[in-house]
Amino acid sequence: MRPFAYTTAATAAEAVDALAAAGPQARLLAGGTTLYDLMKLEIETPPAVVDVHRVADLAGFDTSGERELVFGAGARMADVAEDGRLRRDYPALTESLWRAASQQLRNMATLGGNLLQRTRCPYFRGGEPFACNKRSPGSGCAAQEGLDRSHALFGGSESCIAVYPGDWATALVAFDAEVDVLGPGGARSLPLARLHREPGETPQLEHTLEPGELITRIRVPVTPAGRGSAYLKIRDRESYAFALVSAAVALTLDGDGRVGDCRIAVGGVATRPWRVPAAEQALRGQPVTEASARAAGEAAFAGARPGRHNAFKIELGTRTVADAVHLAAGRAAG
Amino acid sequence: MAATEPAYEVELSCAVNGEPVHVRVDTRESLLDLLRERLGVTGPKKGCDHGQCGACTVHLDGRRVVSCLTPAVQVAGADVTTVEGLAGPDGELHPLQQAFIDHDALQCGYCTPGQIMSGLACLAEGHAGDDDQVREYMSGNLCRCGAYAGIVAAVRAVAEQQGR
Repeated sequence: MRPFAYTTAATAAEAVDALAAAGPQARLLAGGTTLYDLMKLEIETPPAVVDVHRVADLAGFDTSGERELVFGAGARMADVAEDGRLRRDYPALTESLWRAASQQLRNMATLGGNLLQRTRCPYFRGGEPFACNKRSPGSGCAAQEGLDRSHALFGGSESCIAVYPGDWATALVAFDAEVDVLGPGGARSLPLARLHREPGETPQLEHTLEPGELITRIRVPVTPAGRGSAYLKIRDRESYAFALVSAAVALTLDGDGRVGDCRIAVGGVATRPWRVPAAEQALRGQPVTEASARAAGEAAFAGARPGRHNAFKIELGTRTVADAVHLAAGRAAG
Repeated sequence: MAATEPAYEVELSCAVNGEPVHVRVDTRESLLDLLRERLGVTGPKKGCDHGQCGACTVHLDGRRVVSCLTPAVQVAGADVTTVEGLAGPDGELHPLQQAFIDHDALQCGYCTPGQIMSGLACLAEGHAGDDDQVREYMSGNLCRCGAYAGIVAAVRAVAEQQGR
């Protein structure tokens, strides 16, 4: 690992000041489960690190609000996964947390850090000699002609088809979450849907934060669709693996069993958290049946652009969405 | 108040298995390397060194973490417990250690210190209610010998002793 200068901040404002002082290459360290791992691989080589894992004003979360749920960016995944209100009224959010990683990692990893978790593309993590435009802009993309089983069906470009690996952001994007950030220019908010970038010609740019900005909070508008929600994650093994495909579904049912509000997002198959409005449109106003759930799944994957080894995810994903619709509808019916 | 001065080495105090420790660490150093290479605490094992196998699991202020992905600088002021800290003063095994023997929950033993620390946390968290829950909440600890059936049985046996 390359040497780095370490500083630790006690408040969010201190962290922003320390980050500005440490220069443009400096990185924020929270749980460390992504950054420190990539530093060991020398994929990340920051000359300076600002540690925010003990920033008290980022650590809390409050799910009791009438208008919104508020999550400090420094709250630990394991703690939020156990929250009683969230388990009862937003099962998709808790499932997206406890089905991610292992309990050890969830005890360390923070909600804010998790949003910016970096890709698991083996050519990115593998370092030299693999070409990777994300790691080394202009070097090419080894996945395009390589083993692309784990790569994206949506949002890819000729430069990069690396999958965004997170579960939490996939569930959050279905709930229209907002992100609060603090930076040298002050505080601002943005929709989570605008936090991540598609790779385009610049896959090294993964998010829309300005230099020196820190995520402070994640806010989720309160919605009755929370109770009728599910996060279904399909993996190569039953637990402790990244998603082959996942689906976040949240819906309400009206008096005669037809779908009212409907939100659907898919994970493990796209270059950023991926909401699928066409699937929502297909289901809205329909009773939940085998056929309507299947139609939602087909709509979700209609625009898929598979490579050489990942076309199986179209049928797998279609069924995953359909199953998640049934799970969510079962919960909505109570 | 401001953030600490940037530094490449940091002096820190913590407790390891109840013993006070005062060390100067390189900011790159992991808790696992600090324990094994400098403090002689070799219960936590270096399996993958990337947070994927769980062999290095320890408790940090009572919570299980992987020590390979914990920068040593982050344990300033913390209590660290490893498998060495479990046995009684006269060497009497912790009930979960005994249960691992009774249920054949190991073969080569390399993953065992991590399994036991994870199993203890699993019990304390209330995640040992049935076999499926144990499998889910122990999934961060790999066993290449495949002693999983015995590991689940050992954790469940202690859960039942404790009335969980």
